[in-house]
Amino acid sequence: MTFDTQYYNIGFLDQLSYKDTFVHRLDPRVKLVVTLLFLFTVISFSKYEIFALVPFFLYPVLLMTLGEIPFMFILKKVLLVSPFAVFIGIFNPLLDSGQVFIFNGFTISAGWLSFISILIKFTLTVSTALLLIATTSFPGVCHALRRLKLPAIFVSQLLFLYRYLFVLMEETMRIVRARNMRSFGERGKDMRIYVRLAGTLFLRAVERAERIYHAMLSRGFQGDMPTLKHFQIKSGDVFFALSALALLFVFRFFPATEILGRFVQGVFL
Amino acid sequence: MSHHIVEFKNVSFCYPDGTQALKDISFRITHGESVGIIGANGAGKSTLLMHLNGYLMPTSGTVNIGDVYLTKKTQQEIRRKVGIVFQNSDDQLFMPTVYEDVAFGPLNLGLDEAAVRERVDFALNLVNGLELKNKPPHHLSCGQKSAVAIASVIAMEPDILAMDEPAANLDPRSRRLLINLLKTFEHSKIIASHDLDLIMDVCRRCIVVRDGAVAADGPVMEILTDKTLLEENHLELPLSLQR
Repeated sequence: MTFDTQYYNIGFLDQLSYKDTFVHRLDPRVKLVVTLLFLFTVISFSKYEIFALVPFFLYPVLLMTLGEIPFMFILKKVLLVSPFAVFIGIFNPLLDSGQVFIFNGFTISAGWLSFISILIKFTLTVSTALLLIATTSFPGVCHALRRLKLPAIFVSQLLFLYRYLFVLMEETMRIVRARNMRSFGERGKDMRIYVRLAGTLFLRAVERAERIYHAMLSRGFQGDMPTLKHFQIKSGDVFFALSALALLFVFRFFPATEILGRFVQGVFL
Repeated sequence: MSHHIVEFKNVSFCYPDGTQALKDISFRITHGESVGIIGANGAGKSTLLMHLNGYLMPTSGTVNIGDVYLTKKTQQEIRRKVGIVFQNSDDQLFMPTVYEDVAFGPLNLGLDEAAVRERVDFALNLVNGLELKNKPPHHLSCGQKSAVAIASVIAMEPDILAMDEPAANLDPRSRRLLINLLKTFEHSKIIASHDLDLIMDVCRRCIVVRDGAVAADGPVMEILTDKTLLEENHLELPLSLQR
């Protein structure tokens, strides 16, 4: 049953954030800001850029290694959402047919270049965002957002999303199982039934929301989610932020691939 | 201390869809009393509990909690006095970790950090849940969730503790631990349940609700041994009295 496996997968992302490594201990605000800067730097490149993007893989690879996050897990997640990126770029090779010279007289259409560029940008941004959550935990990111002055109502929404995602998925799982148990063969699995299931789920969610709100009011809720978490910028955070900034700057404004290539050439030739 | 009273006077409540859930209910619970509320499904037990902290307002009649009459203005004050533990712990525990959840109430009361930490530790310790504090609620078992839900209410230091089916979903051992825990509380307690053995163990007094009205009100042993009365209300003798 695919639904069940997806469910435990999300739980796994959650458990990765319980580890205690250098990356996990960094201040969530610092990680968040560096991640955002990374994303903006990556998408700031022109649509035909490929080689200048490659060095950026250093950042997710470093996070993964230092944070002891399994590579296959991130890879699977990236592949899972990759259809979105593929469908955005798939027609580029047909539509953008200008010829581009690569080397030794070998040419391809400009569309292929932009398609590959989209895929690289997608892999970089999605894996970095996943790694942020895997090393910070979702609530950690939320509290960091609150400290960075995001309005309380958005942060509360995100926190609830995280808290009740599991509850709702369990609810869905129960409904789907109940249906499978009483539908033999293909009967009872058509679209109309799915629509009704979604309706039931929605009504249950609304009722639950009401009960939760009641529980919150009973405990003096007045609009903001209070927290006891204290964030403190330590020397490790400063070191991390500065080196990340330096790397981003170098990779953005200097042709790092070319420099490295010439260096290797110099050594071997 | 006579001020921890709960007094319902001619309370009626009608849901927006026209269902008359409470009909002219009156009772008075004094300080330190433990009262069981029993009755058939849909008799109005939960509706009654929701009046205790002003989530629902009586359509007519008055609710008086610790000499404060329930109005829109006094809602906040009354919510401090009455802690309600809900039937479904998942609805009660809405923060990402156990510790933050128990701290939610005290933080909303505006306490400083040291006081909050003290209360959270005290409350979690009381329910033997201190080692759960960094866990997210969705990784807890039902028994643990229920313990944490109680801690989250205890941390508010309410005068009056109200519970809706506290032992539903609990295995016998967790249920026994809960009963022992409830016996140690000196709060006024109001417990709505179908678990008559639990009521018999924890409460001194028992109110039977039928069709939104009080059908009987008296000492627990008197009511729970009255077979006819219980059967009229879709209940049976407590298991421990059936032999």
